[in-house]
Amino acid sequence: MGLALALERSGIATIPVSTHVFARLAKATCLAAGMPTLRNVFVPQPVVGLSGAELRAYIEGIDPVAKRPFMQGVIEGLTQPLSDEDFKGATFERSTPHLLEADTGENLQQLFIQNSWTDFLPIMLPTEERVERMLKGTRHARDEIVGRLRPTAFREYWEFDVEKVAVNAVMAGARAEYLPVILAMAASGISARSSSTNSFATISIVNGPIRNEIGMNAGIGAMGPYNHANATLGRAYSLLSQNLQGGSVPGETYLGTFGNFLNYTACFPENEERSPWGPLHVDKGFKAEQSTVSTFFGGWHTQSGYGPRATWKQKFVRCLIADHYTPPLIVMDPICARGFADLGFDKRALIEWCAEHAQLSARDYWDDQWVTTLDRPLGLAGIEPFASRLRAAPDELIRIYTPDDIHIVVTGGETQGAFKMFSGRYMKASPGNFLGGRGTVVIDEWR
Amino acid sequence: MAAKIKVHDPRGFPPRVVGRRLANRLESLDGKVIFLVDCLFESSDVFMAQLQQWFAEHLPAVTTRIIRPRASMVDDPDMRATIAAQGNAAIIGVGL
Repeated sequence: MGLALALERSGIATIPVSTHVFARLAKATCLAAGMPTLRNVFVPQPVVGLSGAELRAYIEGIDPVAKRPFMQGVIEGLTQPLSDEDFKGATFERSTPHLLEADTGENLQQLFIQNSWTDFLPIMLPTEERVERMLKGTRHARDEIVGRLRPTAFREYWEFDVEKVAVNAVMAGARAEYLPVILAMAASGISARSSSTNSFATISIVNGPIRNEIGMNAGIGAMGPYNHANATLGRAYSLLSQNLQGGSVPGETYLGTFGNFLNYTACFPENEERSPWGPLHVDKGFKAEQSTVSTFFGGWHTQSGYGPRATWKQKFVRCLIADHYTPPLIVMDPICARGFADLGFDKRALIEWCAEHAQLSARDYWDDQWVTTLDRPLGLAGIEPFASRLRAAPDELIRIYTPDDIHIVVTGGETQGAFKMFSGRYMKASPGNFLGGRGTVVIDEWR
Repeated sequence: MAAKIKVHDPRGFPPRVVGRRLANRLESLDGKVIFLVDCLFESSDVFMAQLQQWFAEHLPAVTTRIIRPRASMVDDPDMRATIAAQGNAAIIGVGL
C-alpha cells in the first residue's frame, strides 16, 4: 500500500490489488495518507499457494468488496477522470484531547472499552491524581517527546511524550518506580502490538540493578502471573503500544490471524545472580551496573525441553529447526545453564554450536511463506547470508541462523532444569528488519 | 449518584493528515505501458504473470512489464523512478 501511495505521489496512476480481508486496512491507510480515494481493487483471500488457473479465475471474477468484475475496477481505476475529491485528497487534524469529558468511573471504563483503549481486562483509570503520582517516577519533563511508534512499516508514526506513557502505565496498574523501565520500552521504537498477520508479540527482558530495586521476580514463575512488576511492566508496554501508535483494532490496525497471549504481558528479568554466564546486556556491550530492557520480536512459537541429557543435541536441533523465520531466544533455568557450563560451554560457544547444527535442506528452508516473502528478495539482491542460502542446491543442508541471530537468557527458580525456545528476533539494524527499533535501551536514561 | 471524574486521553499524537491528489488518469490504455509490480509476497509472481497474460489476450494494445522492488514491505525509489520514466501506469499486488 505504501508503494502505491508513493507511486501516485510520483504522478503514476496506480491500482493497488489486495485480498478482501484487508479492505478496512486499505481504507484506513489511504485516509491516513491523505489519499482516501485511492482506487483499490480486491481479490478473494487467499492468494498464497494458489495455482495460475485459480488466480486467473480471481482476475476474471468479481471483486468481493466492490461487487463488480475485478478487471472493470482495474481499467476504470486507471482511466476514469478524477473527481473533485480525487484532486484535493483529505486534509484534517487528528489532535487528541488532553483530558476526556468528566464522567462516572463506570461510564469511563465502558468508554475505554468501546474505544479499544484497553486489553479487555479491567484498567486503572488514568485520573489526574494517579498520573501525577506516576510522573514522580522520572525526572524527565512531562512534555518531553519519548519517541514514536507505528503498527507496521507502511503505517504512519504517532508521537508521544512522557505524560502519555505515564497515562498508559497507570492504566496497566504499574507503580511510579517502574516508570523508567516503561519509558525505555516506549523509547525502543518497537511496537508490542505489531499488526502482522503472523500474530507476533514482543518479549522484554530486564537486566541490571533495577530488577531488584523494583522487586522483579527472576525466580520461580518468572514468566507467569506471580509478580507485580513483571506483570504490569509487560502490560504497560502492550497498552502503550496500542494507544500511542494509533490503535490495535482488528481489521484496521491489527491483522494477526490468531492473536497472541504474549500480547497481554511478556516481561521478565534475567536471573543474573544464578547464571553461570554473563548477562544479556553485557553481551550487548553495556556495563553490568547499567539497567537495560531488551526487546525480542516474535512469540510465534515455543519449544521446551530439559537440560543436557544424553540426547540433548538431537533435541536441541529439533527445537532449533522447528520454525525458522524468527530465530530462537533460548531461555534457560539456571540448572539447565549450569548443566551446559559443566559440559564446557560458555554462552557464546553454545550459541555457535546451535548456529552450526541448526540446518535444513535448502528446499525445506525456502518452502516457507514468510522466508520466501521477506528473505528471498534479499538473497536475490546478493545480501548474505540469504544469497548463499539461495544458491544452495535443493537437497544441500544449509545453516539457517548466524550466531548473532541466537540469544540465550537465564531465568527461573531452579525447580526444574528446563529450557524454552521462543521465536524471538533481537531488533537491530539489519537486512530484513523493516520495522526498525532499538533492541536494548538503557533504563537509567529515563530515571 | 456517582461522582464524575476527569481522566487523561491515553492516545498518542497523530500526525496531521495532508490531502494529496491522485495522479492524472489515462484517457485510454491503448499504446500505454503498464508496470505490473510484483510485491514479492508468495504467489504474487504467479498472479502478475496471469494478469500479464490477461492483458495480452484482451487488451493487446497495452504493453505490460513485470517489475519487482528490491525488498518486501519497503519503498524502492529506484523502481519508482524506472516506472515513472518508462511507464504510464502501475498495478501493484498482491499480498497474502
